[in-house]
Amino acid sequence: MDEVLKFFLEYKDMIFIIVLSVFLGIEVISHVPAVLHTPLMSGSNAIHGVVIIGAIIVMGHAENTLSLILGFIAVILGTLNVVGGFVVTDRMLEMFKKKKK
Amino acid sequence: METITKLIEFSSEISILEISYLIASILFILGLKKLSHPATARAGNLWAAAGMGGAILFTILFHKKEGEPIGNIIWIVIALAIGSFIGWYSSKKVKMTAMPQMVSIFNGMGGACAALISLMEFPKMQNHLASLPIPANNMLGGEGIAILLGLMIGGVSFAGSMIAFGKLDGRIGDFKHPILRIINLTFLVGLFVALALILFMKPVEGNNLPIYLFALAALIYGVTFVMPIGGADMPVVITLLNSFTGVAAAMGGFLYGNQAMLTGGILVGSSGTILTILMCKAMNRSLLNVIIGAFGVAGAAGTEDGDKTVKEISLSDAAVLLSYSQKIFIVPGYGLAVAQAQHLCHELDNLLASKGVEVKYAIHPVAGRMPGHMNVLLAEADVPYEKLVEMEDANNEMGNTDVVIVIGANDVVNPAAEDDPSSPIYGMPIIKALDAKNVIVMKRSMAAGYAAIPNNLFYHQKNRMLFGDAKATLQKLVAEIKSL
Repeated sequence: MDEVLKFFLEYKDMIFIIVLSVFLGIEVISHVPAVLHTPLMSGSNAIHGVVIIGAIIVMGHAENTLSLILGFIAVILGTLNVVGGFVVTDRMLEMFKKKKK
Repeated sequence: METITKLIEFSSEISILEISYLIASILFILGLKKLSHPATARAGNLWAAAGMGGAILFTILFHKKEGEPIGNIIWIVIALAIGSFIGWYSSKKVKMTAMPQMVSIFNGMGGACAALISLMEFPKMQNHLASLPIPANNMLGGEGIAILLGLMIGGVSFAGSMIAFGKLDGRIGDFKHPILRIINLTFLVGLFVALALILFMKPVEGNNLPIYLFALAALIYGVTFVMPIGGADMPVVITLLNSFTGVAAAMGGFLYGNQAMLTGGILVGSSGTILTILMCKAMNRSLLNVIIGAFGVAGAAGTEDGDKTVKEISLSDAAVLLSYSQKIFIVPGYGLAVAQAQHLCHELDNLLASKGVEVKYAIHPVAGRMPGHMNVLLAEADVPYEKLVEMEDANNEMGNTDVVIVIGANDVVNPAAEDDPSSPIYGMPIIKALDAKNVIVMKRSMAAGYAAIPNNLFYHQKNRMLFGDAKATLQKLVAEIKSL
């Protein structure tokens, strides 16, 4: 039990962020119309591409060839997620906009 | 004096970096918020993208680990360029009908990225712990937990997304077998046990086999987890995997104390979970039920009686019926999209509108292969937004509708959902086509729908079938109406 309490204290800032973000995530999309389910999913898909930052950090401090190679692949995959996700979402939303005129 | 200026310089760079993360987090939140409203959705996407771009740029410029700036910048830029090019090119080229597959792939890439980060960080952590003056006895702690969870969730998300892609693309069939349930449960429990075991392991420098085996197990579980889930449930699975990747990204944020990754990941994780639950509700199923994959296994036989006959309608009769109606609802399904017939469908509705017929589209929330997929497809064909009616409103108007044309849809109009408690889709809200005066179902054959459930609508006296490929039939129908 002590361990758990110590863990909480050590990471309390991040635990706060996590818990508040959970509620925020629920709140932010709770009234989304069905029309936008697909773009929303694809947009949030792009947002979790933020993992790319981790890949950059890891690659930026790679100490041997293996981690350089793995980091290289990780950065490519992360970029795919980010760029692909945002571009696909934009393409979908562009079509919604077009017919408004 | 010199050291002091250095210190200030150092901290101001870090501050700028942290501010860029704060801005990124705010932009993610606002972006998601804007994505929930049709008018602001596109701007929301761009805002989130801007936040991401800034966070990436400032990480490369200003990130420091123990005073060391980011190295290998050339390689990082090359990797960014390759990823951007492939991502941009493939998303520009992909057909709108193949959108669910594309999203699935991108999602898998994010998961793989998170898993790779963990795979690289684990040996570092272990070597560090082993080389301490007083070597640690175990790897318990926030760092270890975040690394292992990131690896596990990222791995499951990657493998699962790849299988989901294969299924959506028709490359992989469903594999349902009762034994898979046992295997899945064993794997799931096993993964958590293994996670705990690794945490309690004494760190030994270079002892990386356990983590590789753990990664492999996560990948296998990803495969066996998605394998038995039926095609009709794929939308739910993709959203679920999407939120998995979000959580995996957040684990990376926890590991690096990086707030942008943390908020971005958790936001996606929680909103994705809510979206998953919303979709399960639209199908009147529990998430557990989807994951275990009972769909189509039970109860499919109940409604199979012998002497039912279907009535066909000829093209010319259909043309006359449609032209002299006052109000028509079109119920589009994935079959319409597969046949790439949405443009023709729009042509038909324009043609009928020019004859004074009121034509609207009744959109079921889970029509297509992703929630809201049908709206995107019809938008692509320039069908005006006002003509797309959501299911509940459409059902209210069904009573004074002359004809309902069902094109390539099946389960979303299956009356068994309302009157057959033994049917697996019992309780799922449907578009009540039978409330209208006439129904025409366009279909290639009498085969059952995606969920493999027989549909009594086809045998109903109000209904007449128009067999054939959706595109070809629509073409002929349009020509027929023109010649009237």
